[in-house]
Amino acid sequence: MIQESYSKALLVLEDGTVFRGRSFGAEGEVSGEVVFNTSMTGYQEVITDPSYNAQMIAFTYPLIGNYGVNSQDVESDGVKAKAMIVRDYVADYSNWRAEMSLGTYLKNNNVVGICEVDTRAITRHIRNHGAMKCVVSTLDSRIDSLIKKAQKDLGLIGRNLVKEVTCKMKYIWSGSEGHLKKVVVMDYGVKYNILRMLAAMGIEVHVMPANTSASEVLALNPDGVMLSNGPGDPRVLTEIVAEVKKMIGKVPIFGICLGHQLIGQALGATISKLKFGHRGGNHPVKDLETGKVEITSQNHGFCVDIDSVNEQEIEITHINLYDNTLEGMKHKVYPLFSVQYHPEAYPGPHDSSYLLRRFCDLM
Amino acid sequence: MSKRTDIKKVLLIGSGPIVIGQACEFDYSGTQACRVLKQEGYEVILINSNPATIMTDPEVADKTYIEPINTYTIEKIIKKESPDVVLPTLGGQTALNAAVELYEQGILAKYNLELIGASYPVIKKAEDRNKFKASMQKIGLDLPQSGFAYTIEEAEQIANRIGTFPLIIRASFTLGGTGGGIVYNREEFVEKVRYGFKCSPVTEVLIEESIIGWKEYELELMRDYKDNVVIICSIENIDPMGVHTGDSITVAPAQTLSDYEYQIMRDAALKVIREIGVETGGSNIQFAVNPKNGRMVVIEMNPRVSRSSALASKATGFPIAKIAAKLAVGYALDEISNDITKETPASFEPTIDYCVVKIPRFTFEKFKGAKDELGISMQSVGETMALGRNFKESFQKGMRSLEIGCSGYILDKKEKEFSAIADAEMIKLVSQPSSERFFYIRSAFKRGWTLEKIVDLTGIDKWFLAQFKGIVLMEEEIKAKGINHKEFLIKVKQSGFSDHQIAMILNQKESDIRAKRKNLGVEPVYKLVDTCAAEFEAYTPYYYSSYDAEDEGF
Repeated sequence: MIQESYSKALLVLEDGTVFRGRSFGAEGEVSGEVVFNTSMTGYQEVITDPSYNAQMIAFTYPLIGNYGVNSQDVESDGVKAKAMIVRDYVADYSNWRAEMSLGTYLKNNNVVGICEVDTRAITRHIRNHGAMKCVVSTLDSRIDSLIKKAQKDLGLIGRNLVKEVTCKMKYIWSGSEGHLKKVVVMDYGVKYNILRMLAAMGIEVHVMPANTSASEVLALNPDGVMLSNGPGDPRVLTEIVAEVKKMIGKVPIFGICLGHQLIGQALGATISKLKFGHRGGNHPVKDLETGKVEITSQNHGFCVDIDSVNEQEIEITHINLYDNTLEGMKHKVYPLFSVQYHPEAYPGPHDSSYLLRRFCDLM
Repeated sequence: MSKRTDIKKVLLIGSGPIVIGQACEFDYSGTQACRVLKQEGYEVILINSNPATIMTDPEVADKTYIEPINTYTIEKIIKKESPDVVLPTLGGQTALNAAVELYEQGILAKYNLELIGASYPVIKKAEDRNKFKASMQKIGLDLPQSGFAYTIEEAEQIANRIGTFPLIIRASFTLGGTGGGIVYNREEFVEKVRYGFKCSPVTEVLIEESIIGWKEYELELMRDYKDNVVIICSIENIDPMGVHTGDSITVAPAQTLSDYEYQIMRDAALKVIREIGVETGGSNIQFAVNPKNGRMVVIEMNPRVSRSSALASKATGFPIAKIAAKLAVGYALDEISNDITKETPASFEPTIDYCVVKIPRFTFEKFKGAKDELGISMQSVGETMALGRNFKESFQKGMRSLEIGCSGYILDKKEKEFSAIADAEMIKLVSQPSSERFFYIRSAFKRGWTLEKIVDLTGIDKWFLAQFKGIVLMEEEIKAKGINHKEFLIKVKQSGFSDHQIAMILNQKESDIRAKRKNLGVEPVYKLVDTCAAEFEAYTPYYYSSYDAEDEGF
């Protein structure tokens, strides 16, 4: 199983389950929550998505690295996932846009990668027992000590991870300066493609740190406010929720993923953690207005409890056909709507890009 | 709307005789369709001229006519049976062509019969290359430069306009690319165009810019009457453009597309199916991609269940023909459940956590005078499909399933013969697509030829050639090290080496290798095909073997 050029690596879950593999990224030891992603393409976008902060991603597709990496397919300024867990790492990549191998990229970004582990077994384990904490190490080979380290990881519950990934200072998305409409994007860990798509629709995109107050946002007199995706437990973001509340009704708002969960809380709904989350590019979501099904890009471990939504005030617009969880809602009075999934794709299908146009139409 | 209640009797057209280019995959789709329509309470009348099929077994349809598939016979059956609708999309090109003729001869109108699955305008739009080209231009998709000719003079004008050889000649409305070919000079051009006119029932020939050497991909799609569209499977050909898909080794899912490129292709496929207007059922759309700059062109579309649909069904666990039949009678994708997971609907895109390789089977030895060279007319007579956790494993499994006497990517008998071939000759053999080219490539690697050299000679993507090279290198490693170490043996088995193959490499007996392997505790495990990469529990017992940690079989 081991080739000489690669060192051994261990993946140990908090419940004591052990997977032995080898390292294909940086040497080191990291802990975090292990989740699985079922997309067959898009590994570079996935690992650079800030919503994966503090998580380790097991890829269900067994051949990872096939098309290398390039400098365009990034969703933030670097790798945000803590580790990559793959069945077979493919060093011999081929693609006309490729600039280097995935392994080299991980090493350059000092990110741990473990391969030659049964990612299907890991996926089944998480499916049956729920997302759990784990450690990946190329340094420590003592199982007992690794189990303890996994258990000691802070996990996601109760953690504010937004402050780790939000921008430090506000900025205008390069190339969007001077556009006619102005949108403030609250950066809770925003994926670049949200910014790219808004800019492409003729919007001047003002990206602001997560702790920016509502009054500061409204003072810019934006045509709309986008509440971005982001990592961690949305239930602890009470200060942000309070600011979101102040913006509702004053300006058109569109929330994506974490942004949707913040809106949910601002409107009185509750949040729960899903057993193992939705991560992939094939989830069917039904638009209840048109009856049509969209194939969506998903990445979330928490969701807005569908039964907690005040239907006097809010209309449920989208549901997940896999498990009937809430995927989209809109306010009955104010220009405000949100979705749990990712209309900006990258990776994943473009079926839902109409939502960004809909946001524009509100302005 | 849900299931249609205005129809009671369905006439299903089968695919007729098994010929090169149209084999038992349409028996598979037709049989599935008969069964599902009967389950739904429809009376199924089947016409198929081939009694050696499953679909003509007495219990499959309600009534089966083993008669020639032509309008004369079909009209007689229509007169006698008075069906409400005709379903022509599950019997391959034969059935589709029959439907076109039934329409054009006014028979459908005379008996007030509706075509379900694909209407006449849809079939024409997809199959008539002029109309297809206009449709693609309308939706802004790129195509190879081309033109239609009905006379030699017209053909020459088009050739002059495109300006360079080679050119592709395709005869319209023929099976498996009959009457087509690649031409490299004016004499070949004239000869091929004349032959194409002869083969085409409408004396029509398409002359096309050559995209030989480009990468070739296929997407399998399904659409319902609500306009929900899902991609079932992506398939990548190992042989670049120039070798018929049916004659190429293919792999699912596509291996060398990044998500950015895959989504562009997916978007294009959605546009195509919507523009052509396939209202319900399956379609197959083929694309070519220039490996140097990523330029993507649409090649063609089949508005029906195709040869690749059978492959895509088995590869993903998504029963395309069965769902296509349900969509044709009015169901929407979200109204049908996924048989494998039971709890999730069919309106999703399968995601797989293994690698599927299809390898064509040729019998050039049985066709005296046929040259073992592959081109754009299909010549294979069958295929194998293998599943594994990686490409090497699936490829080697597929090779030994061909029953051509090789126990993997290895020459069981001809090793000496191949190693005696002179280098100059080997260059030709590696460059020319043939049924044995992959063995010549193996020999070339064994001679120490570089990856880059073989990429240049074959035009095959470096990704695949690196995989082949990996197998060859492992063979050398086995020879050098033996299989005494468990960790190494696991790695060998994970790369798809059979015990017999290892025995040949080490010049030992297969039984000894097996005994040694069992002694070391290296045993296969079984993994489920579940359409969802283990996200949900699966209920259909459909497994493949592999060498990995967890066994789901027992």
